[in-house]
Amino acid sequence: MAVGILALQGAFIEHAHSLEQLSQDYILLRKKADIPKNLERLILPGGESTVQRKLLHELDLYSVLKEKILEDMPVLGTCAGLILLAGEIAGEETDGFRTLPVLVRRNAYGRQLGSFSAEGTVGEISNFPLRFIRAPYIEKILNPAVTVLNLTDQHITAVRYRNQIGTAFHPELTEDLRIHKMFLNL
Amino acid sequence: MSTERYQLNKELAQMLKGGVIMDVTTPEQAKIAEAAGACAVMALERIPADIRAAGGVSRMSDPAMIQGIQNAVSIPVMAKCRIGHFAEAQILEAIEIDYIDESEVLSPADDIYHIDKTKFKVPFVCGAKDLGEALRRIAEGASMIRTKGEPGTGDIIQAVRHMRKIQSEISNLAARREDELFEAAKQLQVPVELVRFVHEHKKLPVVNFAAGGVATPADAALMMQLGAEGVFVGSGIFKSGNPEKRASAIVKAVTNYHQPDILAKLSENLGEAMVGINENEIALLMAERGK
Repeated sequence: MAVGILALQGAFIEHAHSLEQLSQDYILLRKKADIPKNLERLILPGGESTVQRKLLHELDLYSVLKEKILEDMPVLGTCAGLILLAGEIAGEETDGFRTLPVLVRRNAYGRQLGSFSAEGTVGEISNFPLRFIRAPYIEKILNPAVTVLNLTDQHITAVRYRNQIGTAFHPELTEDLRIHKMFLNL
Repeated sequence: MSTERYQLNKELAQMLKGGVIMDVTTPEQAKIAEAAGACAVMALERIPADIRAAGGVSRMSDPAMIQGIQNAVSIPVMAKCRIGHFAEAQILEAIEIDYIDESEVLSPADDIYHIDKTKFKVPFVCGAKDLGEALRRIAEGASMIRTKGEPGTGDIIQAVRHMRKIQSEISNLAARREDELFEAAKQLQVPVELVRFVHEHKKLPVVNFAAGGVATPADAALMMQLGAEGVFVGSGIFKSGNPEKRASAIVKAVTNYHQPDILAKLSENLGEAMVGINENEIALLMAERGK
């Protein structure tokens, strides 16, 4: 199975390590020519969403990837990746994929001093370690077909819509592979 | 600092990887940097080239100026304090800076002791010329390392030297027998646990960026190919003819650092690069501050 990891900026190697532990090959996507025709999975890693969003367009990956997401290719977006998928961002315009019908608030917990860790249930996975680094959260769901996968302190921090999974936290920063495994099995 | 907080701080540095951190002196410059694709900005009153030109004692920036920049952008904001000046660091923590750079670019406040960074909740990045310096800063609580390079010169030679030195010392350590690590720790003047980590993982326990002298997309690509996980650009951007275009090109060069065809395009028509000073023309070696 061809799994792509968006490798424009941020913690993409961490996702690669998670996949390696699951004996899953991957392709790092840095420019349009890197995208294989038969791409079957896409991971959008953590990092700075402003940077990734800009490079997606300027390095010409945006249209091809968006088309595949709209064709229901499974995609996992973590933190900045969630922001790239979000339909709307509180207080700013977005030219991200806008395929996941949620309203996301960036830096929702404030600056680095607001970063924290927790543990919680993610869909059917229990006791999952949650790492929030200058994290966003989901302020509003814009389509009733969106399923909430995690609530932390009354904020929605993980959702699924069709084949798109978005998390405000970073499964790739943990040794726990259950979210990656679930994603590969979609 | 709790182990948990330290972990979160190391993880913020992981999120900055593959990115460019740019020096800015005004909210306007910060916005230009953010729009050009900076993954963070370093707020300071004068960029290193001007600090070098002006001479005199260089200190932490005015907190009001830093807050102006914090309010102008949504990306992480870093700021510098003097080596050993823990009161400046406390002030930066009080305004909730995202990262403190205990920096040799400013005049050192202490010629013996660095800041005990384990006493802080906010993360620190520190400069290093070799593996010993890097691990000593980490032992003191730094959650990110950068090469010192030679700030404000636009000359890449020192950053190259420091990155090569660190990488080759890591390789050497990885190749040593386990029973030789105690002696290695003694020579490096660092705790043996950190030496063991490097021996086992063949890398530093924290993210390592290049800094000091990066002026062109090619410079950035060079540092990434030498093993940097991201790049700081100081004077190189706002001392050049077309800061927006150059900043944006350096960002893309860091992403596609191993693609000469893309780098060639990025290097076209960038306007004038910062003039720069060669290392044998400078009177003050900032990299020699704090060891």
